[in-house]
Amino acid sequence: MAAKTKTQQPSKSAVPVVVVDDVHITYKVFSSGRRATRAAAGGGIFSRKLGLREVNAIKGVSFTIYEGESVGIIGSNGSGKSSLMRAIAGLTPVSKGAVFSSARPTLLGVGAVLLPNLSGEKNIVLGGLALGFSRKQIEADVDKITEFAGLQDFIDLPMRTYSSGMSARLRFSIAASRDHEILIVDEALAVGDQEFRQRSEARMREMRDRAGSLFLVSHSMQSILDTCNRVIWIEKGDLMMDGDPQTVVDAYNKFTGATSND
Amino acid sequence: MSLADFAREHGLKRVGARPAFLDYVAQAWSRRDFAFTLAKFTNEAANAKNRLGRWWVILLPTVQAMVYGLIFGVLMARDRPENFIPFLFTGVFLFTFISGSATSGATALTSNTGLVRSLAFPRVLLPVSAVIRQFLNTLPQLGLLLITLVLFQQGITWNWLLLVPTVALMSVFNLGLAMIMARIAAQVQDINKLLPFVIRILFYTSGIFFSMDHLLRNHPEILAVLHFNPIYDYIELARGLVVQGYQTSAFLWLTAIGWALVTFVVGVLFFWKAEERYGRED
Repeated sequence: MAAKTKTQQPSKSAVPVVVVDDVHITYKVFSSGRRATRAAAGGGIFSRKLGLREVNAIKGVSFTIYEGESVGIIGSNGSGKSSLMRAIAGLTPVSKGAVFSSARPTLLGVGAVLLPNLSGEKNIVLGGLALGFSRKQIEADVDKITEFAGLQDFIDLPMRTYSSGMSARLRFSIAASRDHEILIVDEALAVGDQEFRQRSEARMREMRDRAGSLFLVSHSMQSILDTCNRVIWIEKGDLMMDGDPQTVVDAYNKFTGATSND
Repeated sequence: MSLADFAREHGLKRVGARPAFLDYVAQAWSRRDFAFTLAKFTNEAANAKNRLGRWWVILLPTVQAMVYGLIFGVLMARDRPENFIPFLFTGVFLFTFISGSATSGATALTSNTGLVRSLAFPRVLLPVSAVIRQFLNTLPQLGLLLITLVLFQQGITWNWLLLVPTVALMSVFNLGLAMIMARIAAQVQDINKLLPFVIRILFYTSGIFFSMDHLLRNHPEILAVLHFNPIYDYIELARGLVVQGYQTSAFLWLTAIGWALVTFVVGVLFFWKAEERYGRED
């Protein structure tokens, strides 16, 4: 078990952009209370117990992000990374604590196809309008976004016909078409090919250099080390470690290596 | 110093906090184009897989009207209200506008989870967009109604123009209704199971294919209560304007205006109150 490290002390001059203050996220989920296989379940249709299970996805996490930092978020599957990112973006309500930020963070998440039955181009337009841009601004951007995504031949097809890689490219391109003060990229690039991954990582570094703050959730330690100057490790809803990328990634590798060798 | 104080001191704002009511309305208004575009695109996508495409917008109400005409006009031919076909079509088409708004309002948030989970915008735009979609689908039905009126009765009167404010009042009422349904359905999904039955009951009790005044002429007290049913008010008002042999009254106009304003204001406030909670995955 890696040692828990305290959150880094703020330096006097740095400007905070995101403050996560003792955030708890709890989901209340109706569990079926019944095993899927007949032998294990037993009993008739009405014998199942409907249980309301509380799942604590995040159990009290605090940290402060300063201007120009790009933060890698690592942790095992189901450790609460995506829940925390959605809470930072204000898309999932927190059950306790609060998230503060200087601007509304933009989340680029996995599988968030806007409207699968509409063409890529119409999704670009709708996404832009929802974010409050004028139709004129969006029309000027459509070609640029299509080109960055490399989807010129498919932009008029419904998004449900796109491969997961293609829709990930389009979503990233929509979000990256503008500079965001705070951008959260949640594994959205995991399904992209090598060439697009390099292009998107270059774009993220560019945004970071323009004083934007970036959160990158990834299982690729190489992407994290290439893009981030700070890494936060979350495990089962707890903050395990926060600090220098190489140190945290080494500790995480040691942890996962240890559990898989049991 | 606590982290929260530290954050406030640096001018950071709480993420996802519900904006003040007037700010919220202003934000929603400035993004009204989104609601229109979403309604238009969703309509296009809904018909894209059908071979006849957009023609269904006209075909569907025609088939619907023919079926109702058959059932209520031929099979239940006794005791029909005066000027039956225009009476029936006015009722059915306007009822569809209201019931469609309630139904699509109830699914406005749940059927757009992709949008809710990935973009931050005033959620009220989703039920608003649902009503705009219903309105766009009602326009061809109203066209069909006007054609029917010309075919079945003589002459066009200036009163027909008053259909415009009537449909406008209905739309305002529907907006409020859709917002209320959207919040209830987002928090208690089970309501979607009961909604079809509620709509059926309203269909039979709002005097769509029979005259309530005629049927309940011996029970004036029940009739008086039913006269406050907003669905009945809007449909009676429209009939009074365009169907020969029916009259509007000051009572109908006042209740129509009252229902529109009260439902809309209650709907916006009710929906806004829970703004922070939409999109919760439970």
